[in-house]
Amino acid sequence: MSDVTKTHHTGLIGSQPKPIDALGQAKIAHTEEGFPTIWLITPATIWLILFLVIPLVSIIVFSFWENTREGLSPAFSFEFYGEYFYTEGFFDPEADRFLRPSVYIRTLGSTVYFTLLTMLLCLIVGYPIAYFLAMQVQAFKWQLALFLLCMVPFWTSYLIRAVAWLPMLGRRGLINQALLGMGIVDKPVSFLFYSEFGYTLALVQIYVVLGIGPIFFSLAKIDKAILEAALDMGATPFQIFREIIGPMSLPGVAIGMIFIFVMIMGEFATAVVVYGGKTSTAGTVILNYYGIANYPFAAVNALMLMLAMVIGIIIILRVVDIRKEL
Amino acid sequence: MARWTPERWRKLRVKTGFSIYYVIFLVFIYGPMFAMFVLSFQGRRGGTSFPMRGYSLYWWNKLLEPSTVGDMQGAMGRSIILALMVMVITAFFSTMLAMAFRKSFWFSNVLFYTILTGLMVPGVLLSLGMAILLRQLGLPPAWYSSGLAVHVIWALPFGYLVMMAVFNRFDSRLEEAARDMGANEWTVFKEITLPLITPGVVAAGLFGFTLSYDEFARTTLLSGAENTLPLDINSSMTQRIRPTLFALGTASTIFSLMMISVFLGIYTILYRRSR
Repeated sequence: MSDVTKTHHTGLIGSQPKPIDALGQAKIAHTEEGFPTIWLITPATIWLILFLVIPLVSIIVFSFWENTREGLSPAFSFEFYGEYFYTEGFFDPEADRFLRPSVYIRTLGSTVYFTLLTMLLCLIVGYPIAYFLAMQVQAFKWQLALFLLCMVPFWTSYLIRAVAWLPMLGRRGLINQALLGMGIVDKPVSFLFYSEFGYTLALVQIYVVLGIGPIFFSLAKIDKAILEAALDMGATPFQIFREIIGPMSLPGVAIGMIFIFVMIMGEFATAVVVYGGKTSTAGTVILNYYGIANYPFAAVNALMLMLAMVIGIIIILRVVDIRKEL
Repeated sequence: MARWTPERWRKLRVKTGFSIYYVIFLVFIYGPMFAMFVLSFQGRRGGTSFPMRGYSLYWWNKLLEPSTVGDMQGAMGRSIILALMVMVITAFFSTMLAMAFRKSFWFSNVLFYTILTGLMVPGVLLSLGMAILLRQLGLPPAWYSSGLAVHVIWALPFGYLVMMAVFNRFDSRLEEAARDMGANEWTVFKEITLPLITPGVVAAGLFGFTLSYDEFARTTLLSGAENTLPLDINSSMTQRIRPTLFALGTASTIFSLMMISVFLGIYTILYRRSR
């Protein structure tokens, strides 16, 4: 009884509204709190539309256009898609190109192959580091310091990091000198640099940090009490890893792998630096055709790269449902 | 004193093993850079690999002559200006976007995925789309216009994710209290919100600066007539590689490391103050 009279008493500023009205007003006030959403998102949204959405859509549009003497002309032509997929003699059992994919598809294939190889190596090299930081280092201060030490190279130039492999792997590089010095080989080996080996090594060194970050964060979120409980119940370290740590770090692994996947699929600079001009990736093919002003064909190559990436990301997300796991 | 049980020995052995692996890993990611650093002090007659033929500043001096590696000083200046512009825009955009995402709005999902697309799209693709588009429109590309445009697209997702994390841990009651006491939105933002999120804004700016400063793929087709530093490094690699390139690489890396330390220093000071 006294409560009711209290809410209706007359205060200094004025009579208080009824409780239900107060609630309703609070709700309305809540949605109006803060700056208006429209002002906060408009500048960035315009920027994203102009410089991300429109360029990407225009790649699709330009891939159907035609090259004429005056430059590009609007058309709806599949000419360059044909050039991408079809090679002469593909359907001819007599020809030596019978049922052999076009050079563009094979380039994309080898790009995918290197990407998957590097992802696997990054996982093998990086996971123990993330595990060490999250599980073995106890003090938060040290955890942060050692983690930052791993992340610093991410903030430096990857071009320079690729160049830096030359004194190590080159013909007269440190590794060759060591091999010669120990008498393992009697003349310098050349497979180290300008080779698949050097390329993969450089890619792993440059991109492994991208995997360590997300894996570290998902490992750090695991409640140590669960591990203690498992130990108390007599689980072996291997069982703990297989049943608890492994599954719980999967979202981090997936995010890290997506990062590495998208970075290396579009990679071309490292290939040029480490591999010399000897090989091509999907990225270098695109730039080469841009260089000779065959824009529609560059666009077709770009679209196929994009398609391969979307398929890859979907597969990774199928294996691990990140949104469910988070 | 604790007994040295077999279990403790096992744990110590595991920990030692991991520590050794960590050190090897550090050598793996820093070793080549360190070798490059040493080789930049190569003697006059030395080459791009060990052994050192004396020590000199010869190759460093060559950096300062404009003819050797293109217009290196100009390129570095342009890269720094571009990185500063990207830093400011990224910090502004990520803060505003993250503030907007505290409430739900009707196309928030679409906007979220569009922002993240900037992270997923390979630089060469975005570069290509922009370059063909500009060509069709008859607009000239330049590092401060089209270069800036795509650099922000690249840095924005990182800054945005940082700011989202900041606002996830943000205590809105502080702002509500200020509003209840009659503060208007600007006062609330200036007095309450901004001081609390500044460390995050600095971190978002760090991503903006460093990602733009080192960006190569997104600038290749869009920088116009004048080079940025990564483009300059790339073009000097297509010529004969000399220790000058190592000096340039070392200078650029030292600059990056300096910027990271400055940002981390500011971040630490602000973070302590905001608590």
